[in-house]
Amino acid sequence: MSHPTFFDLDKHFTQIHSEGEPIFAYRGAITTDFINNTLFLVEAKLDDLIDHGSTRKKVYNVLVESLQNLFHHVDSPASIVNTNGSFGLFLLSRIDSGFKVYTGNFVLNERIDGIREKLEKINSLTREELKDFYKFVLNNQEFSAKGGGGLGLIDIARKTGTKLNYSFEPYDSSYCFFTFSVVIPEEEK
Amino acid sequence: MELVNIEGTPKTPTISLNSETGTIEIKGRSIPENSIEFYKPIVDWLDEYAKAPKEKTVVSIQLEYFNTSSSKCILDVFKKLENLKKGKNDVVINWYYEEDDEDMLEAGEDYESIIKIPFKMIEIVD
Repeated sequence: MSHPTFFDLDKHFTQIHSEGEPIFAYRGAITTDFINNTLFLVEAKLDDLIDHGSTRKKVYNVLVESLQNLFHHVDSPASIVNTNGSFGLFLLSRIDSGFKVYTGNFVLNERIDGIREKLEKINSLTREELKDFYKFVLNNQEFSAKGGGGLGLIDIARKTGTKLNYSFEPYDSSYCFFTFSVVIPEEEK
Repeated sequence: MELVNIEGTPKTPTISLNSETGTIEIKGRSIPENSIEFYKPIVDWLDEYAKAPKEKTVVSIQLEYFNTSSSKCILDVFKKLENLKKGKNDVVINWYYEEDDEDMLEAGEDYESIIKIPFKMIEIVD
């Protein structure tokens, strides 16, 4: 008997499309080529969609950090992976209040507490506290070749001024599916 | 000492390091996945330059975007410059930001408060 799978990836991917108007959606291997192509395509679309330069830059910045977070921090169960070990979801949608960036990826269950703690801390801070936290991490934490020691999430929270939304959906005995989304409010022209 | 000129790409900035004029320029986008690799030659050059620096070093940073992976490397560059300044050499840092790009202005202010060298903030108006 195979163990039960709690999380339906297909259903989930369909569900997240229901909010707003999708601009770019992807599921599959998260590679450098994928990131380069996505940034190139989405940037051209954003030029058409957003007049306000500051909002366009914020959306682009959040895209870069979200995609690179996926690239550096994905864990993938063997059952899902014929994608070079780096499966992820990515969606950019236009919603009433602005733009929404959505990512999803598998993480090992043992990493849940650490990730949740980081996200909860970031969500609990005011704008000024986030600025200080960013500078503290920037100046004091050793970075690996992999990434910025959580600086990406702090940066996303600072640039958007909104809370980070997330969930950990149970998948199997080793993995859960980590969903992350954030809204970039659209400024008036 | 070697002059360094690195052509920019869609993900990495144009770099110009000139020990004869004492000028350092970083311009464009800095969003590579692995920034440490990209910035290593620049940090190495600064170590070499610090052995016989010009009386005055002028640094110009004009970035359209940079990712958090680059932010630490850029801080490493500034820390090398801070050491030059501590050694009684004059260091001027020009931080350019596009009109209305408050995030980039704030990023400059963040660095300025960490490294304690005054930045000249220069707004680029279209």
